[in-house]
Amino acid sequence: MANIANHEEGSESDLSKVVLDTFRWMILARTFEDRISNIYRSGKIFGGVYVGKGQEAFSASMAINLVKGQDVYSPLIRDMAGRSAFGEPLVDAARTYMGSSNGPTKGRDGNVHRGNPREGMPTMISHLGAMISVVSGVLFARRIKGTLNNSVGATTIGDGGTSTGAFHEALNLAAVEKLPLIVSIANNQFAYSTPTSKQFACHDLVDKAVGYGVNGINVDGTDLIDCIQGFQSCIQKARAGEGPQIVVGNLLRLSGHGEHDDAPYISEEIKKSKLGIDCLKKSEKRILDEGWCNQNDIDDMFKNAVNEVNSAIETAESESAPDPYSHDWNAYSSVKFDQ
Amino acid sequence: MSITYLEAIREAQALALKNSEDVFIYGQDIGLFGGAFKSTKGLYNDYPNRVIDSPISEDAMVGLAVGAAIEGMRPIIEMQFADFSSVGFNQIVNQAATMYWRTSVPCPITIRLPSGGTPGSGPFHSQCMETIYAHYPGTIVMTPSTVEDAYSMLLEAVSIDDPVIFCEHKYLYYHLKAESLPRKALPAQKARILRPGRHATIIAYSAMVHEAVSAAEILSKDGYEIEIVDLRCVKPIDIDTVLGSIARTGRVLAVGESFPWGGVTAEIISQISSEGFNLLDAPPARLNSIDTPIPYHPELWRYHRPTANSIEEKIRKLIKE
Repeated sequence: MANIANHEEGSESDLSKVVLDTFRWMILARTFEDRISNIYRSGKIFGGVYVGKGQEAFSASMAINLVKGQDVYSPLIRDMAGRSAFGEPLVDAARTYMGSSNGPTKGRDGNVHRGNPREGMPTMISHLGAMISVVSGVLFARRIKGTLNNSVGATTIGDGGTSTGAFHEALNLAAVEKLPLIVSIANNQFAYSTPTSKQFACHDLVDKAVGYGVNGINVDGTDLIDCIQGFQSCIQKARAGEGPQIVVGNLLRLSGHGEHDDAPYISEEIKKSKLGIDCLKKSEKRILDEGWCNQNDIDDMFKNAVNEVNSAIETAESESAPDPYSHDWNAYSSVKFDQ
Repeated sequence: MSITYLEAIREAQALALKNSEDVFIYGQDIGLFGGAFKSTKGLYNDYPNRVIDSPISEDAMVGLAVGAAIEGMRPIIEMQFADFSSVGFNQIVNQAATMYWRTSVPCPITIRLPSGGTPGSGPFHSQCMETIYAHYPGTIVMTPSTVEDAYSMLLEAVSIDDPVIFCEHKYLYYHLKAESLPRKALPAQKARILRPGRHATIIAYSAMVHEAVSAAEILSKDGYEIEIVDLRCVKPIDIDTVLGSIARTGRVLAVGESFPWGGVTAEIISQISSEGFNLLDAPPARLNSIDTPIPYHPELWRYHRPTANSIEEKIRKLIKE
């Protein structure tokens, strides 16, 4: 992963480097999720598949601005690109989808419910808004212990998740405590099938920031450079002690809620709007237009991604499934209950 | 010198804060004000960075505790009343209780629930929530009935690497007194034979232990010797001590203050029926509150929960069977 300190004030080569780094993670995420979707359709995935198609630029741009080993990052369901950019091993993603006993959850939870809390990636539960206070808790503890230093915590949510009580409680708490927290809101226009008109009544989601007394910005979620610069600015503010930051990315979910959903409720009109632009294609065009690399380089990026994905899937497929007879059926770390 | 149940809880927290810099207390009005019941009185003065007021946000309070636990701390969360923990329910049962199972990272948090009825408190300041939390895998649920247990079990709760739901009974806060705090204690997960007997066993926990003792006193005047088992911890249940008692008496009544449908007493009867059926001389009995929300008026409230008299009546019937 890359750390891009001060590229706003830096040279164009700094910007091109971080754009290319982020673009590579976007390609890897798209390639991986396309492949996982195909495997799902062949019936080899247990449970659902939830992809971040169309949200890769927004997702990866947050994580590329974080520092693994220092910062905390709790991704949600459409953050394959962010997870990879933060440093999640691709094979762990494959293992969790394929149910390998070597995965981070050992088959106890699947698909997007993977992480490593002790390495800065708290593992998401399905209840929306619940991870915001958990990330805040890590930061709060560091402040008590005097180990906060320059670190920040980041977590992500969608337009639907902003309607929960957990979102409200956690944002308010983080604001009261002025924690260095960044919350990205992927405003992808639909929560499963529910449009934003049935989700919130404020003019713009970013208006919620004012109510909490925190800084908030809008970025064009289809535009990689706008995303990178928006997150960089907000993360720098959080590091500088300016309290929680909200970054709203306006974009469209270019998939169903999950791969089981063909999303007939998404109109052709919105698909053809600016929100429906594919961030991956838009980034590729911009990179070529700017001359930051050539078509051959981009072709190589895709080839490398395919190789990496093949290798991760192959590894996960070759590993054993969890064995219920030898499994440690114990939900406690401190006691062993008779079963 | 004497010390109350409430003061014991305060003293346990003071010692926990002193023993480890990883311990902090987070809750509503618990800082300078010392808490709605004063169970953190004065602690803010000694530990201003680790006794911290929260907003009225039970969900976020527990979520914050989970994050702090990931970072190696051992938070104590005070719910102002057990009843309000329902707002933090999701974070307790889905986030905290599942964390070790999902991630292999322990979640050492203690959630203090000021529980149970007092006259005039009504439906939303009187609840006993132990059944709800005991139902979920991953939680340990403690229900201390004595000053000594309130102290030693809270210290043990903070030292345990799993989420502990600590149900402290508000009715006992000021009523119970002890001469001193214990230096040694029975492990929290062991039940205690509080009173030996031979005609019947009462299994009780929390404030109901004292109602059971009063009932046993009344019954002793007629020559009945009633054994009382104080469960102390309702998840896990020390079923061996329970069965040992029933082996001596042959008759059992399980008493709980919480609502009657399912719950701790039903679980005890279920375990006794399947593991100790041959020890029984009569059908196992149970007594809980009436199956309505908890009433406000003291006359209704006294009738709603089990009392020494209703326990006595139930035991007389059980002995005749």
